[in-house]
Amino acid sequence: MKYRNNFLREVEANVEEGEWVKRCMQCGVCSGSCPLGPHWDHPPQELFMMIRAGKREEVLSSESMWMCTSCYNCIARCPRELPITHIMHGLAHYAVRLGMVPKNQQTQKFAQKFWNNLSKKGRVNELKLGLSLYFMNGFMEGIKTSLKMQKIGLGMWKTKRMDPMEILGGHGCKDTKGLQAMLKKASEIEAAKKVKV
Amino acid sequence: MAATKKLGAYICKGCGISDRLDIKQLVSTATRDCKMNVVKEHDFLCNSEGVSMIQADIDAGEVDHIMIAGCSKRAKTDAFNFDNVAMSRANLREGVIWVRPDNDDAQETTQEMADDYIRMACAEVKFMTVPASSGEQGRTPHVLVVGGGFTGLKAAIEVNKAGYEATIVEKSEALGGTAAQLYKSIPGKSPFVDPKEPEVIELIKQVESNSKINVHLNASMDNISGAPGRFNADINADGNIVSGIFGSIIQATGFTPYDASQLPEFAYGKSPDIVDQLGLEALAKVANGGAIKRPSDGKEVKNVVFVQCVGQRSEKEGHLSYCSGHCCLTSVKQAMYFKDNNPEVDAMVLYTDLRMPGAGGEDFYRSGQNKGIIFTKGQVSEVVPGTNVTVKFQDLILNESVELEADLVVLATGMVANSGVNVETCASEDDDAEAVITNKEQSVLNLDYRQGRDMPQLVNGFTDSHFICFPYETRRTGIYSAGPVRRPMDMIQATEDATGAALKAIQAIENAAIGRAAHPRSGDLSFPSFRKEGCTQCKRCTVECPFGAINEDEQRYPLFNEARCRRCGTCMGACPVRVISFENYSVETIGQALKSVDMPDEFDEKPRILLLACENDAYPALDMAGMTRQEYSAFVRIMPVRCLGSVNTIWVSDALNNGYDGIILMGCQKGENYQCHFVKGSEMAHYRMSKIGDTLQQLNLEIERVQTYEIAITDIHKVPKIINDMAATIEEIGMNPFKF
Repeated sequence: MKYRNNFLREVEANVEEGEWVKRCMQCGVCSGSCPLGPHWDHPPQELFMMIRAGKREEVLSSESMWMCTSCYNCIARCPRELPITHIMHGLAHYAVRLGMVPKNQQTQKFAQKFWNNLSKKGRVNELKLGLSLYFMNGFMEGIKTSLKMQKIGLGMWKTKRMDPMEILGGHGCKDTKGLQAMLKKASEIEAAKKVKV
Repeated sequence: MAATKKLGAYICKGCGISDRLDIKQLVSTATRDCKMNVVKEHDFLCNSEGVSMIQADIDAGEVDHIMIAGCSKRAKTDAFNFDNVAMSRANLREGVIWVRPDNDDAQETTQEMADDYIRMACAEVKFMTVPASSGEQGRTPHVLVVGGGFTGLKAAIEVNKAGYEATIVEKSEALGGTAAQLYKSIPGKSPFVDPKEPEVIELIKQVESNSKINVHLNASMDNISGAPGRFNADINADGNIVSGIFGSIIQATGFTPYDASQLPEFAYGKSPDIVDQLGLEALAKVANGGAIKRPSDGKEVKNVVFVQCVGQRSEKEGHLSYCSGHCCLTSVKQAMYFKDNNPEVDAMVLYTDLRMPGAGGEDFYRSGQNKGIIFTKGQVSEVVPGTNVTVKFQDLILNESVELEADLVVLATGMVANSGVNVETCASEDDDAEAVITNKEQSVLNLDYRQGRDMPQLVNGFTDSHFICFPYETRRTGIYSAGPVRRPMDMIQATEDATGAALKAIQAIENAAIGRAAHPRSGDLSFPSFRKEGCTQCKRCTVECPFGAINEDEQRYPLFNEARCRRCGTCMGACPVRVISFENYSVETIGQALKSVDMPDEFDEKPRILLLACENDAYPALDMAGMTRQEYSAFVRIMPVRCLGSVNTIWVSDALNNGYDGIILMGCQKGENYQCHFVKGSEMAHYRMSKIGDTLQQLNLEIERVQTYEIAITDIHKVPKIINDMAATIEEIGMNPFKF
């Protein structure tokens, strides 16, 4: 329902820091402060208004909150002290849970790769993460990018900034098994959470 | 006349005056040219030794008219404060040494300047007399409060707490006014979270149980005559006339809600489910904390839309152009009525700009947001009645048009002041769109004043003098407006207003008791008197007085009411036959001062420029030009005047006949956003001076020789330029041919 409280309540119940949305006073300082502001379909202030206007589909399937680079400019400047960055990530995360993220959302894809990479051994394998990024949009493009980055890669190897052996598995944290157990438990808890609408 | 006066001249040598000026020469000017009986110099006149030297002469009966040469008349007023003497000041510091370069070339003209200021101040004081009391004194410690609403009650209580009696005149059958119609009110104290119980019930109790506060219900004012300290009021209470004498009056007649049925697009009156804010208060009172039901079918309201700025802050014809200041807070409060009872109710406030005034305004807004009120920035185009009311609006953030159904729509309409007849438009038959909205049919105060039966209105029908510089002060001395009749406001502000007006009313009583002027010439004991034999009954003084102080007697002569007078001298400036004067300020004091200047002849190449400067803004600006050491021409001779309105055109023609080459008049800003401390003085002066061009042309003089300026107190850098430009103009057009 338009301009009713239902979607606002849903956001409050399910989105991290969502209870702040109603406190936005529409001053627009966040939108004006965002370094990527002009590239957002709906800057944060507008997203908040859309939530209040009950535009559930449009908000959750929006690309906008995926544009956030966590620079924290908006949080620093918001006169109402809304944790805007966190709300953006909260909205993005909620959209993932509901499966409403637009197809081929680049930020979302990268975030997923990062998570998969990290959660395996408790440490980010930079070589693998970098290469998987090169090949994210197809094999040929991956080859092209790799060739382009060849020099830099060799330089890093020489100065011991990169170990090519990491490709074989790489190092992890001390107790990888313990970590896996923790993550498993956490995802069970998360999955048990019902989406409240 | 001058023979009986004992004249004393005191010349200060401090602050570098003796380094820059020839004191012997000044003393000789005062003694020989000005024939002052006692002439003394002192190294540091404003210290206790210097002051006691003057006081000793006064006590010994040596002097009763004193001229003090030193700093500006605006400086050291505490030190040079002598009782029972007439006093003038020659400004040698800010007006001479601080605005002139310290070099040998400038020395001669600088000294001439100082000598002339001594001559002017001596001439001025010679024609003054010590102000005596007006004989109008009397103390009536009783305040008449017109209006028994929240502001009136509060004012009466405050007046009473300070030890004065109060009488409330209320037109309806009960006290409380609009405030009594409210279910709850906006919180005035921290935490600003929830609506609070209305204070007005308590106020009514206090008033009803107080024997020193009289209440007349179903009453109105039949007539008010007199002046502060002795207002004679006829109160028509239920048909019986009760007369009384009052010291001062507070008008707290409040407001009428703007009639929303004048706005067809909002369909007010077409459906019972479209109400204004007072309509919602009535529904909330019925619900009394329970669920609010809509009037059409008694269904519980599940969603409600509040529309802000209905017919206000709009330039459309018939709309109010101003913001009523309380409606945003009121809508938040009313939305809380719903949310506090049932958080599931959808309450939306549709606004274009939210304004949350007051210390707790923002907190209250935040509390509303926390309670889940939806605030939407949107412009409503139409409200359509029906089973459910439809609100059509443009969402200004999302930029799309929306149609929304609601159980109940509340319109936030504005405040229209109950200020009575518009004395100014009544006179000019001006049917200005805004004036039509004002409830001007009936007089509220029924003043027996020459200038109309109610107080003049400042803007948009509100009764005020100047709400920034002089809050509570009006253009009718001893009558103060408070509450929404003065400007749109909520009850928190009205509390402050009532208290302020109560203090003003008390001050008026005490001033009247000793014949003292009110703001801005507070404490002035002089008052205007007129020579009846010379009066031609032209009525210009009675018409032009900005404060309605002058009535006409049976023979149509002016009848001065001293206690109503603010001592601006606008009447004196208006009088074509110059019969009006104050004891310490008259056509003579200024006229003789400007004539006393030593006028160099045509071939000396030393022009003289007369500057008549309003003492409220222009003179301080000139002083500050001195303090910041800005130089200006030594040919100027500055004379402070009480108000530019007091400038009589005879001074201008006298000055030209005496050989002045140019005349500058500096008054305050006039017109709609006036800064004139006497409201109309500067405007009158500008009007009079606009006619002086003909006179100049008849004399074969260039019109550039007389120039009138509007000067603000901050125009510190502008005033020296104006003076220097005038000097340059004179160089161009040549000297005044009327020099001897």
